[in-house]
Amino acid sequence: MNFDFSEDQKLLQQTARDFLDEHSPLSVCREVLESDQPYSQSLFKAAAEMGYQGTVIPEEYGGAGFGYLELAVVAEELGRALAPIPFSSSVYLATEAILLAGSEEQKQSHLPRLAAGEAIGTFALVEKAGQNGPEGVEATCKGGKLTGTKLPVPDGDVADFAVVAARSDEGLSLFLVDLDQDGVTREPVGSFDPSRSMAQIRFDGADASLLGTAGEGAALAERVLDRAAVLVGFEQLGGADRAFEMTKDFMNGRYAFGRPISSFQALKHRLADLWCEIQLTRSNCYYGAWALSNDAPELGIAACISRIAACKAYDLAGVEMIQLHGGVGYTWEYDCHMFYRRAKLLSVILGSPASWKDRLVTRLQAQNAA
Amino acid sequence: MDFNDTPEEAAFRAEARTWLEKNAAPKDPDDPGDDILGERTSPEIIAAAKEWQKKKADAGWACITWPEEYGGRGATPIQNVIWGQEESNYSVPPNIFGIGIGMCGPTVLTHGTDDQKKRWIPKLLSGEEVWCQLFSEPSAGSDLAGLRTTAVREGDEWVINGQKIWTTGAQFSDWGILVVRSDADVAKHAGLSYFVVDMHSPGIEVRPITQINKGQGFNEVFFTDVRIPDANRLSEVGNGWAVAITTLMNERASIGGGGTGGGVDDLIELAASVELDGRPAIENSSVREKIADLYTRSRGVQYTGYRSLTALSRGTTPGPEASLGKLVGAALAQEMASFGIELGGVTGATLDEGATPGDSLFQEMYLAIPGLRIAGGTDEVLRNIISERVLGLPPETRADKGIAFKDIPTGPAS
Repeated sequence: MNFDFSEDQKLLQQTARDFLDEHSPLSVCREVLESDQPYSQSLFKAAAEMGYQGTVIPEEYGGAGFGYLELAVVAEELGRALAPIPFSSSVYLATEAILLAGSEEQKQSHLPRLAAGEAIGTFALVEKAGQNGPEGVEATCKGGKLTGTKLPVPDGDVADFAVVAARSDEGLSLFLVDLDQDGVTREPVGSFDPSRSMAQIRFDGADASLLGTAGEGAALAERVLDRAAVLVGFEQLGGADRAFEMTKDFMNGRYAFGRPISSFQALKHRLADLWCEIQLTRSNCYYGAWALSNDAPELGIAACISRIAACKAYDLAGVEMIQLHGGVGYTWEYDCHMFYRRAKLLSVILGSPASWKDRLVTRLQAQNAA
Repeated sequence: MDFNDTPEEAAFRAEARTWLEKNAAPKDPDDPGDDILGERTSPEIIAAAKEWQKKKADAGWACITWPEEYGGRGATPIQNVIWGQEESNYSVPPNIFGIGIGMCGPTVLTHGTDDQKKRWIPKLLSGEEVWCQLFSEPSAGSDLAGLRTTAVREGDEWVINGQKIWTTGAQFSDWGILVVRSDADVAKHAGLSYFVVDMHSPGIEVRPITQINKGQGFNEVFFTDVRIPDANRLSEVGNGWAVAITTLMNERASIGGGGTGGGVDDLIELAASVELDGRPAIENSSVREKIADLYTRSRGVQYTGYRSLTALSRGTTPGPEASLGKLVGAALAQEMASFGIELGGVTGATLDEGATPGDSLFQEMYLAIPGLRIAGGTDEVLRNIISERVLGLPPETRADKGIAFKDIPTGPAS
């Protein structure tokens, strides 16, 4: 049994933590939250210099050529730091889509720039309220021209290109679309967590190149979402862990009725329960990382349980963080709300937990039928 | 990251399997599995269990982590896990030695003198003598150190009076580990002493307790002027609490989370086989959501176990994650059983061979699980342990600290 990261991977994680302690203290997240800047450009650039965007991109395309276990530990640290950068859109979604389905030409034109942090990619899937996956897409693409509106597109205001889901004659397909062209109009949309930006993108006959096989976009989109679910799961895990630690430290220092509030069973039991949720999530996420790094047939189920557990644990951590801080936790000045917001944003960004639960049972039924 | 044995572990597993293949029958699919509350205790079962234990001991497969000089083989904890995994694939009698091997033996090995170890350990290991644990009392459960059974010294003997409760296997045990109050004039924890008592001594009366599921795994044990030689005392007079802690640490390690009847796969099977509103229940969205939650949680418990095994495999002590197994696992099992009953609709209210869906698995489980949430540390005690020992939070303020035991308030019910 070897169900843990290796010493080298733990070293990489420590390096990432040290780097983010220096370049991404919570004040960096707050700066983005409180200003008009959509993300921290300097942090994104510094992360690229560390090679993080290109972690799993093969060396021939300018990446580090590591595996997903390495990317998972970096993701956990980015989550811990509430890093205000379009990393998930660019790395877990756009890069993954190209790695999975891109032609040689598409790989050569996009991957080196993604690895270097010179280009930002995103995934433009959803069009309307209640949509969680590739179902219900109405955008169309005929003769290489894409038309339709995507709302919301995470990091759509700052991305250079998007992987876009649209209907072609063959059925739902994915396309690579340069966002800096005449047929594209985009507007920022207010975000629930302003340290992560959102946009609406309108395509009006924009030039688009097919990614993967025409008509197989739904299956490809699901594969991309599965992979991202594991990696975002690690971000959620990191965030939940940090929220938990900050809350514990606060409770040890806060006195009421003549003693630390962390000595009251009514409160310490809540911390114990939260700790259990985070441990269960860590275990499920490790399983997801194992499946992802081995491209195992179990990935479909592993992605679901990583995501379901991670959404639950981070949500709970955000909620408990404010409640257990008491009044100060509800102030803008304290950092609790940054975790509370990020947790909720991440719990829907790849589709709601309810949609993943349904997907899990569908996959369990398929597995049991096989 | 992988789930494989190291080459050494694989070799050990093969050795274990080879012996088991020659000496045990393959598992019967109808085998009821672990007897977690110790309810299967007919004379035939006890005889079969003793015979199997003796067979293992003769071949060096009993208590393998114990020192060779007492009959073990000095195996590593991960080898012990591997042995347990392999043994569970065969049809073997219920393990009536769980308390002796899991708790009593390690305590004697830690605190006993050489003479005591030589007297007790080999026969415990070989199954010739069965052991039980005499800790809880009617008014001392979670607050174990509040126990009141007294020990009064008379020359080379101690005279014991009082009552113990929740003693698994007392009715067929030869020896018991016993914590008693030897001094009520000092503070609660300081007045305890720890003995090994011959369960065949005059003055011991064992009465079974009938549980809510009608099982009788536990007993009350009454002590009336029971005499124990001083040579049967473990550690110094007044040091009983430290010895008890050794026992309890081993108890927590051996109770774990697994083996609680139906699992989430049984639940999925049931949901696919019963109907809800004229369609298979598993197609109903609220059923699907519940199954997804339970599946995710039970896999979380399972993979947390894998993390602990990884630490053992690497020769290190499992991290704090090892302490959540029982807390999360028992409550989860109860939730699964509850949902399993509900899936049957109105027929979920039956408990009848033939009428109840899923062979009454979840009905039986629902009646068994409350015991598991209390035994070996209630959920609430486990949360205290996690928050104080794992998370380092300060202890709850206590009303009984620093005063003599006899002056501690006891309430009107006592």
